[in-house]
Amino acid sequence: MTENTSTNKINSYQKEKNREEMRKQIITFALMIFFTMIAFFAVAMGISSMFVIPLILILAIVQVGFQFYYFMHMKDKGHEFPALLIFGGIWVTFLVGVTFVTIIWW
Amino acid sequence: MSNAATQKRAFSAVLWDYLTTVDHKKVGILYLMGGGFFFLLGGLEALIIRIQLIKPENDFITAGLYNEMITMHGTTMIFLAATPLLFGLMNYIMPLQIGARDVAFPFLNALGFWLFFSGGILLNCSWFLGGAPDAGWTAYAPLSIQSPGHGTDFYVMGLQLSGAGTLMSGINFLVTIVAMRAPGMTYMRMPLFTWTTFVTSVLTLFAFPALTVGLFLLMFDRMFGSAFFDVALGGNSVIWQHLFWIFGHPEVYILILPVFGVFSEVLPTFSKKRLFGYSAMVFATFLIAFLGFMVWAHHMFTVGLGPVANSIFAVATMAIAVPTGIKIFNWLFTMWGGSIVINSAMLWALAFIPSFTIGGMTGVMLGSNVADYQYHDSYFVVAHFHYVIVGGVVFGLFAACHYWWPKMFGRILHEGMGKLAFWTFFIGFHLTFFIQHFLGLMGMPRRYWVFLENQGLDTGNLISTIGAFFMTIGTIVFLINIVYTAVKGEKAPADPWDARTLEWTIPSPPPFYNFKQMPLVRGLDPLWIEKTEGNGKMTPAEPLDEIHMPNGSILPLIMTAGFFIASFGFIYQTDHKAWLIALYAGMAIAIGCMVIRSLKDDLGFHISKEELEREAD
Ligand code: HEM
Ligand SMILES: [Cu+2]
Repeated sequence: MTENTSTNKINSYQKEKNREEMRKQIITFALMIFFTMIAFFAVAMGISSMFVIPLILILAIVQVGFQFYYFMHMKDKGHEFPALLIFGGIWVTFLVGVTFVTIIWW
Repeated sequence: MSNAATQKRAFSAVLWDYLTTVDHKKVGILYLMGGGFFFLLGGLEALIIRIQLIKPENDFITAGLYNEMITMHGTTMIFLAATPLLFGLMNYIMPLQIGARDVAFPFLNALGFWLFFSGGILLNCSWFLGGAPDAGWTAYAPLSIQSPGHGTDFYVMGLQLSGAGTLMSGINFLVTIVAMRAPGMTYMRMPLFTWTTFVTSVLTLFAFPALTVGLFLLMFDRMFGSAFFDVALGGNSVIWQHLFWIFGHPEVYILILPVFGVFSEVLPTFSKKRLFGYSAMVFATFLIAFLGFMVWAHHMFTVGLGPVANSIFAVATMAIAVPTGIKIFNWLFTMWGGSIVINSAMLWALAFIPSFTIGGMTGVMLGSNVADYQYHDSYFVVAHFHYVIVGGVVFGLFAACHYWWPKMFGRILHEGMGKLAFWTFFIGFHLTFFIQHFLGLMGMPRRYWVFLENQGLDTGNLISTIGAFFMTIGTIVFLINIVYTAVKGEKAPADPWDARTLEWTIPSPPPFYNFKQMPLVRGLDPLWIEKTEGNGKMTPAEPLDEIHMPNGSILPLIMTAGFFIASFGFIYQTDHKAWLIALYAGMAIAIGCMVIRSLKDDLGFHISKEELEREAD
């Protein structure tokens, strides 16, 4: 590739951004391991399942969020439509679930 | 003699071309031909139903055959005629409107068509193999699990195949619109037909899986001894109704939204005005889609869901009338003060507005859960959905044909015949269905083989049948028009209507690569902007360069054949286990094709710059 000053500048800007991105990825990765550990310990310590099950579910939802937003880049620009579709899908599934539970099986 | 020989060779070459094509335009035409064929078939079934009901206690056909007729009419019209015809249009037009050279996944596109078509053929094979499905197009359990013979099995497998095809195409359109727009074509510059294609595809993506799940459960109940819907064994038959309508209501919007898009193209073009309230139109489309998922139980008001559930769904249902009303008013304001040209396309569009509004109004009446206890399963419902589906979807398809025919086939449909077809069909439509509102209110139930004398139903039914014949004549005139146009129709220029959007900037019919150079889009209605502010031509967004195109492939057809054979295996293995061979062999063919497709690299080909330069504009 031909080197000139302006691409150099862009490169250093890009490098800075990459470093930033890497830091975020590592932090989220560490957090996710941490959450997983909490989940494991919560079960291992034999705390009442009334508390453990909701806790694990919440941790799971947060992890899914991390997965989508950080690792799969949904936080970045240009991902509005995937986000719309994912949330649309969640909404439809939720509605179906609620209706089935309330008016068929209850 | 040698001439005949070359012609014959040319024919087989064309046939091979279409069997292997992955070009979105050819796939679109295949969809239109397939959908058109099933439309005629469904029309024939409708005519037979109406002849049976021409007079009290008629016995033109037997009760059993009548049940098969109404089931196949509904199933054919919704799944095999209306949906594919719309998907054909979207396939052909949408990529042209956003300045793309093909859809995102051309191979998948061809596969989608073949799956739809083989599903339709499979379903209709049942006529010759012991009787068609007869449990209604809604196939409610427990009727559908008890229906004897293989009819309903054909329903399950046929719809499973064609549904898979439709789902694929929906995903394909989504990716195409998100990823393949020409430079400058921002979301809020997309033509309304592209927008409605997008939202329709979202609906397809979310709605069809519910049908797939429902059909799977039904398939296992019928063929493998499970009891999901069998109350005696602890199942629950109402779940089928829920699954069917979770799919079914969005499906009716899958049908109507694309034609909303068609009218939003036709009305501005022939009023010489930009669409009134563009952003409100986009917003209303999304709102309809959103609400469309929260209303399915309005088909089940009389099931006994309880007053709370019924009321919630009733309110949600009536809310849909609001965005629909926004659209109606925007179309009226688009025409307001415009210089209106009335031709065939415009006639269909003008007739749509009042006809569809009547259908929407009866919809709101039905949406009132208390009143629905009276209307439900009567001819009033039949009148309602034919007003929205024929007065909406079919009128829209005719308008779209007249509007885009020149683009697709390079010739303009004959205006005189177009108008004749319009008037006969339009009059026939209102004759057939308007009176059905009153038949329903007088207590005539739907799906009954005969009605009795002297109950005030005789005249109404006679009028209704006469109307059906008028619609038949209209359709036949339209067919003659197609043949006439193909033989000696007027050749179409690139832009016969002085229109506004990108598809009119390229020749009619377009070259197989669509756009020699990507156009630069400077705003909504890009061609119109260039006409008023530029030199009437699109500015290219790139220098003339090689174009990369996908290769054709016969694999989609073979893969589909595999699934088709496997379906027969599924259906008949209940009679004799030897049919399992067909099941496994078919699946092996299909999976083999998938493996070949995955392992063999197909990088497509390039059209060289010189070749492009040689082609005249
Ligand atoms: C304002 C909009 C609409 C409302 C409020 C509405 C409401 C309803 C309701 C409540 C029913 C159930 C009636 C019953 O079975 O007792 C119904 C049936 C039906 N509607 Fe609509 N509708 C609307 C628009 C549409 C559109 C746009 C279409 C199609 C393009 C459509 C197609 C159908 C079909 C096919 C049925 C009958 C299904 C069957 O039982 O076989 N509707 N509608
Ligand atoms: Cu509905």
